[in-house]
Parts: sequence; structure tokens; C-alpha cells
Amino acid sequence: MKIRTLEQLRALAEELRAARDHRPCVRVCGGTGCRARGSEEVLARFKTLLQEMGLTEAVDVKFTGCHGLCERGPLVSLAPQEVFYQGVEADDVRAIVTETLARGTVIDRLLAQDPRTGKRARREQEIPFYQRQHRLVLRFNGLLDPTDIRDYIALGGYQALGTALTRLTPEAVIELIERSGLRGRGGAGFPTGKKWRMARAAPGSRKYVICNGDEGDPGAFMDRSVLEGNPHSVIEGMIIGAYAVGATQGIIYVREEYPLAVQTLEIALAQARDSGFLGKEIFDSPFSFDIEIVRGAGAFVAGEETALIAAVEGRVSEPRQRPPYPVQRGVWGYPTVINNVETWANVPIILERGPEWFASLGTATSKGTKIFSLVGKVTNTGLVEIPMGMTLRELIEEIGGGAPPPRAIKAVQIGGPSGGCLPKTLFDLPIDYESLTEAGAMMGSGGLIVMDDRTCMVDVARYFMDFLRDESCGKCLPCREGTNRMYELLTAICEGRATELDLELLEELAQVVKQTSLCGLGQTAPNPVLTTLRYFRPEYEAHIRERRCPAGVCKALIRYVINAERCTGCLACLQPCPQQAIRGQLKQPHVIDQERCIKCGICHEVCQFGAVEIV
Amino acid sequence: MTRLSLNGIEVDLEEGTTLLEAAQHLGIEIPTLCFHQGLSAYGACRLCVVELGDGRLVSACTYPVQEGLRVRTHSPRVLRARRMLIELLLSICPSSKRIQDLAAAHQVERVRFSVRDERCILCGLCVRMCAEQMMAHAIGFVNRGYRRRITTPFDLPSDVCRRCGGCLYICPVCELRCQGPEATSIVCGACVTPAPTCPPVYGDLACYMGAAGECGTCVREPRTPDPHSSDLRGRRESL
Ligand SMILES: Cc1cc2nc3c(=O)[nH]c(=O)nc-3n(C[C@H](O)[C@H](O)[C@H](O)COP(=O)(O)O)c2cc1C
Ligand code: SF4
Ligand code: FES
Repeated sequence: MKIRTLEQLRALAEELRAARDHRPCVRVCGGTGCRARGSEEVLARFKTLLQEMGLTEAVDVKFTGCHGLCERGPLVSLAPQEVFYQGVEADDVRAIVTETLARGTVIDRLLAQDPRTGKRARREQEIPFYQRQHRLVLRFNGLLDPTDIRDYIALGGYQALGTALTRLTPEAVIELIERSGLRGRGGAGFPTGKKWRMARAAPGSRKYVICNGDEGDPGAFMDRSVLEGNPHSVIEGMIIGAYAVGATQGIIYVREEYPLAVQTLEIALAQARDSGFLGKEIFDSPFSFDIEIVRGAGAFVAGEETALIAAVEGRVSEPRQRPPYPVQRGVWGYPTVINNVETWANVPIILERGPEWFASLGTATSKGTKIFSLVGKVTNTGLVEIPMGMTLRELIEEIGGGAPPPRAIKAVQIGGPSGGCLPKTLFDLPIDYESLTEAGAMMGSGGLIVMDDRTCMVDVARYFMDFLRDESCGKCLPCREGTNRMYELLTAICEGRATELDLELLEELAQVVKQTSLCGLGQTAPNPVLTTLRYFRPEYEAHIRERRCPAGVCKALIRYVINAERCTGCLACLQPCPQQAIRGQLKQPHVIDQERCIKCGICHEVCQFGAVEIV
Repeated sequence: MTRLSLNGIEVDLEEGTTLLEAAQHLGIEIPTLCFHQGLSAYGACRLCVVELGDGRLVSACTYPVQEGLRVRTHSPRVLRARRMLIELLLSICPSSKRIQDLAAAHQVERVRFSVRDERCILCGLCVRMCAEQMMAHAIGFVNRGYRRRITTPFDLPSDVCRRCGGCLYICPVCELRCQGPEATSIVCGACVTPAPTCPPVYGDLACYMGAAGECGTCVREPRTPDPHSSDLRGRRESL
């Protein structure tokens, strides 16, 4: 059914809500993480069981978007009981239906447990992981079925679009976005309203808007979760943006590695078209607009906007000189607005709640919320959305739950592969664009890797440099050869072959790569090196002067030895050693043959008594 | 017309002019490697970087003039960056005359990286020459990052290549350096090639004065050993 007026849309939302509210609802998480853990099977079991019991009509079963707590999946939440189950298996389904759904009894063992207090949380909001978050962009993830536009409409979806098209001029929309202080969530944090204004002012017979869903940061899945969990929020944001800048064509660029996101988007676009939100004369206004999906064979650099344009045009994704900026000359030479997935998803929220409300969240220069993918050595990993300005400490300690004991947190890597490593001493830093940049890191698109005291910072820099020298497009010399040489120098340091002069050279080279590279990749690639040098210089010096790796990571600089006093002679390490390098008899201290040892560290891990030491 | 300041000189230039053209217009020399007048600008070697008023370094060959821009073509920052870029180039292409000349002109006297003679700096001139002037599109880049190289599709002999030699003609680095007395050092540096002493027209011996090194231009005092130079690291053999 085509929706022509705002009133019609509101009435439909009312109607949908009224029709649903009285039914109990089972929400199974259908995010990629939970699917990998078997949530599809859980969903199927719910459906067959309810059918057997003749309850198909009485209970609403939904397959929703990602909840964020992926590592505890599959997740299932029940309404109106407000119970949040984690680690649900297909065999638990019967119990959930007969006990919780039918009788309201909570199954304790499926509730989330706080590893520190042992307390079990019944509702999602009671879990420490969620308590400190401010879920704005992710607010409907986990509530709605992303393949059913009626769910989004029932929650007030597309009303912001209706308001914009029927009550606001394009200039007024731009002004609202400007007043909200929204800045790009894809990396550099450029003011979105300003970008739109420039695109609106740029001369061009045609204009484009693009959603950047390349998300090439390893380990990051913010954008994927938004696209998979609430695609209509992105689509609605894009239509509003297109109206504001005067674009007639939209493109969602999604990486090929996100098949579920592509599939969900295809369904969502078709439904939006059927409902009249895309196509000709939307909301009976003169404005016409449509969106197509372009799939990119994910390269990290393809997320850079000029490389993305090249990819959309069917060329190799290599960056080019800016200016001209995409708002001046973008796809096929026409003015083009490129925004990140999360940026677009914020747009309807700003129109709905008002720019002042939005601007009240966050800090003086960074407004709203930001989604991070919190990974690494923290207790709770997953997707978190926090108000800007929260400190790193709150995010890591309170939401992330700190490091699992007995380890302690040492540093955090923020901003993706070319972000920076910040030490524990800076954990009171507020998370906003300026503070992070000043500290040598960046907001990036929201990757956040927590590292514990068993991490060697030189090794970390080397790891990222290995990634970057591979992901550099190779077009310009400083980035291509510079990252490669930085990797070489870091390897030499890790292997104890480097001198002080190499360290000097590394620093000098890092500066030049940063200054002279063509695109953002090369300009930020030295960040891992520069920040580790800035905050962890003694670690570099230990590698060079003492040929020692303080964290006990760099293989060339460590040895595994067995402490004869601690060794109980249990023989446990003998068999797992792939080199048969350990000799010993029952109840006699064992010895590692250093000639044979390849420093794989397996004995260190299997020893129950901490007798295998790294020296 | 766009007004900007180039090394303190105010100039009015037509829109669409690049900073490199602007500098050439004023007779200011900016070193380039991946640029050629007859081909599209590519901005890959970054040797032509110049400093803008806000301290950013941008490639002159691709950057369009903009109203009110302040540009410095030889600021200390620019020179420092160019030297490092040349050091990187030397480390991958020490056999090239053009690179050695650049090194000499910029007083780059050591290479602190391990040397591997790739004989190609991936400037892409040949690729553009083949595509834009010869209309053949016979060669292109493959791979990315440090694995990038130039070749024909699937590394097979090309059907569309007419053996025109345009790629050879345009290549800035395939002209071998002087084979004089220091032909095996990583940094030659002796021949700054100031005309007319050593013009780039060689006889068989690659030195037009006769036997290599005979004229003496390229022979210098023995260099004081540099503890950090590549020579001492025993990397001579890689040449
Ligand atoms: C190497 C590199 C990779 C990038 N990858 C992404 C990406 O995956 N997703 C994204 O939205 N922006 C990415 N960007 C930033 C884009 O170039 C662009 O600034 C952004 O999409 C603009 O949207 P925003 O203003 O909403 O942030 C990348 C930039 C660079 C330099
Ligand atoms: S900086 Fe790196 S990724 Fe960017 S254009 Fe240059 S080589 Fe390519
Ligand atoms: S000449 Fe400008 S980048 Fe190569």
C-alpha cells in the first residue's frame, strides 16, 4: 500500500501497534553473531513448537537485529515478561515456552550472570553491559524484525521523513542537522550539516547521496549491525538527506562480505518502494528519489570516499586528489554526499526529537552517541553505544567489565587499524573527536581493542603495520614503501636486530608518511607507531638496548624455562609440545631443550602450576 | 582568475591550473617523477609536495589553485620530506640515473633501509602512456600495497601491445646510472649532472667523456665512512 500523507502514516502506526500490543512476543536475535551460534535453529524450534501447540497466532515470533552482546548468543527476549535469555540452545526452547511464556517462571540458568558479583540479571537493562549505554541508533535493534517494514512503522518510522517532505524546506532540514551538531561517524568527523550545505550549493544537473557501508576495519561490525538490524533507519536518513541536498539517486555501498546485510537491505528497499517512501512523488510532494545497492569486494581502502566513488563507477578503488571533494565532483562528476551508515541512521532521530535534544547529548564539539565494537581482553565484548564524552575508563571498566582476572589492562587501541594506542594513564580521556585526535588516536569508525599486560606494544605496532602495508592501495610511494619499511624496522626491533639509529629512522619515516601520503590511509597509517613510541617508548628501548621484550611476547627475545621449584613433575607438558623439546620423569622437574624449542608457548599454557616461565 | 601566493609572490591564475603549473609559470622548479605534461596527473610519487599555509603537504601536480592559498615550494618541511622520499626511492631503485641525480641534488647521502633493486618505482607513467597516448591499455597495475606491480593481464604476452616502446620511452628510472668508479655503491652522488660536464648523452661506456670516470667529475674524495650507511651493512651485492 502506498502511503501518501503523514496522517495516513500515523494512523497506520496506531493501527499496527493496537493489533500487536496484546500478544506475547518472542524475539530471537538474528544478528550474524547469534546466527553463527545457532539462533536460526532456535527460531525454527520456536516456530514448530508453537505450531504444534496451536499457538502460532497467539504468540508473535520475531527474528531481530543484533543486540550487541554477541559473545553470549543466541539471545532471546520475551515480552511482556521482560525476560532476557542468553546462550539459548534449541533444546531450551520447550522450557522457555512451557515455563516462561505460559507461566511466567524465569529460568535462572539462562539469565546473564555478572562474572564479578555472580548476580543474575532478568532484564536486559539490568545487565551491567547495558546499564551505562545510551542506545539511540541501536534503540530498535533487537525490537523489530528488519525484514518487516510494518515493525519500523509501528515504532514511528518514516514519520520524520513525512514531516520533512510535507512541512520543511530542504534548507530547513539542513539547518536542523547543522544545529544538532551531528558529525560524520565514518572517521574524520566532518560536520554533516555543512557537508550537505556544500552539496546543495554545488552546481550540478544531478546529485547523489551515498551510504558508506564498506566497514573495512578488522573486527568492527557497528555498521553491519545497523544495516542488518534496522535498515529502514538508514534508508529514511538517506531519503531525508537526498531531499535536503536535492539528490535524485542514492547508493548504498556495502561490502560483499556482508551477505546478510545486502539481503536485508534488498528486502527493506523493496518494502520502502511498495510503501511509497522511494520512487516518484514521495508523500505526494514533487520529490522523487530511489536507492540502489552497490556491492564492493571489501578492501579497507575502498572505504575512503574517493576510492569508493571509483569503485561505484566500476574502476579499481584507488583514492584520488581532493579537492575536488565529492560534494563538488563525486560519482560520474556530479555533486555527491557520502556519509557513514551510522551518520545516516542518526538523521531521522534528530528530526524526530529535535536538534536541541540531540545536541544536549555529548560534549561541546561532539554531539550524540557513538557505537563502538569493544573487543580484546575485556570481560564483555560486543557492540556498545555510548554518549560522546564518556571516559575510556567508564567504557572499558564499567561496560566492558575490565580484564578478566588475573590480568590487568595496559592499553586500548582506538580508531581502527590506523588509530592509536592509548595507555592506561589516559583512561580518563573523554571520548570525543578532539580529545582522541589530540592524544594521537582518532575516533575512526569505532573499533576499540583492549590490550592487557601480556601485550607487547612493539609487536602491536608491527601487527597493524603488516595489515596496513597490505591494505595500502600502493598508489603513492610514502604509503606503499613507507608502511613496508616501517614494518621492516619494527620486525627488526621485535627480533632484537635493531639499533638506536633504526628507532630514529622509524620516527622520521613515520612523520614523512603521515605528511606526504595522498589519502587518509597513508596519512593515518603511522599512528600505531607514533602513539606507541609516544606512550611506550621504554618498551622499544628495552628491545633495542637490552634485547629484551618486557611483555614476553617477541619470540626472538624470550626463552621458556621451567622453574624447578614449581614444577611438580606432572608430565602434562611433555605430550603437547610439538617439538618433543621437554624431557623429564614423573615427579622430577622437567627441562626444556632450548635447541628444539620453537617458543610456541603451549607448555606455558598447559602448566597448572605456573612453572613454565618466560625469561 | 584565482589569486594565490607562491613563495611570497602574488599571482593570478586561471581556475583549473595546478600548483605545479603555477610554479612553472613563475620559473620555480619543483622535482617530479610521476608527472608528464602529455599525460593525466596521478599524484603518486609525492616528490612534488609543497607546503600550504596550514602546514599540510600536498602534491603540486594534482592540487588545483585556490583563492587565497599560500604555498611554499621549498620550505624546510618540504625539503625534509623530499629527502626521505628520495631515500625510499634509492632503496628500491639505486640503479637509476634519475634517482641518483635527485639524490645528489637533494644531498641525500645515505640509505638507511635495506636495498632491493626493483628497477621500478610504480609511478604509473608507462600505464598512462599506454592507455592515454597509445590507446592500447596493454599494461596495468596488479595487486595492492607492497605487492603491487605493473604487468600485462594475467602476466601473458599481450595481444594489444604493438611493441611501440612508449613505456620504455616514458620510464623515468630505466636509464641506468653512470657506470663510473662508484657504480656499485648505493648512493653515487658524485654526478650532479650539471650540464655540460656530464649531459645525459652517453657513448657505449655510458659516459660521454670516454672511459667511465675519465673526466673526473664523478670522482671524489673518498667518503668518510658513515656508520649507518648501507655500504657498511654489506649490501653492495644487491646491486
Ligand atoms: C582508509 C580509509 C578507510 C575508510 N573506511 C571507511 C569505512 O569503512 N566506512 C566509512 O563510513 N568511512 C570510511 N572512511 C571515511 C570516508 O572516507 C568518509 O570520510 C566517510 O564515509 C564520510 O562519512 P561521514 O562524514 O558520515 O563520516 C575511510 C577513510 C579512509 C581514509
Ligand atoms: S595513501 Fe596509501 S592508500 Fe592512499 S592513495 Fe596513497 S598508497 Fe593508496
Ligand atoms: S610528480 Fe606530483 S606526485 Fe609525482
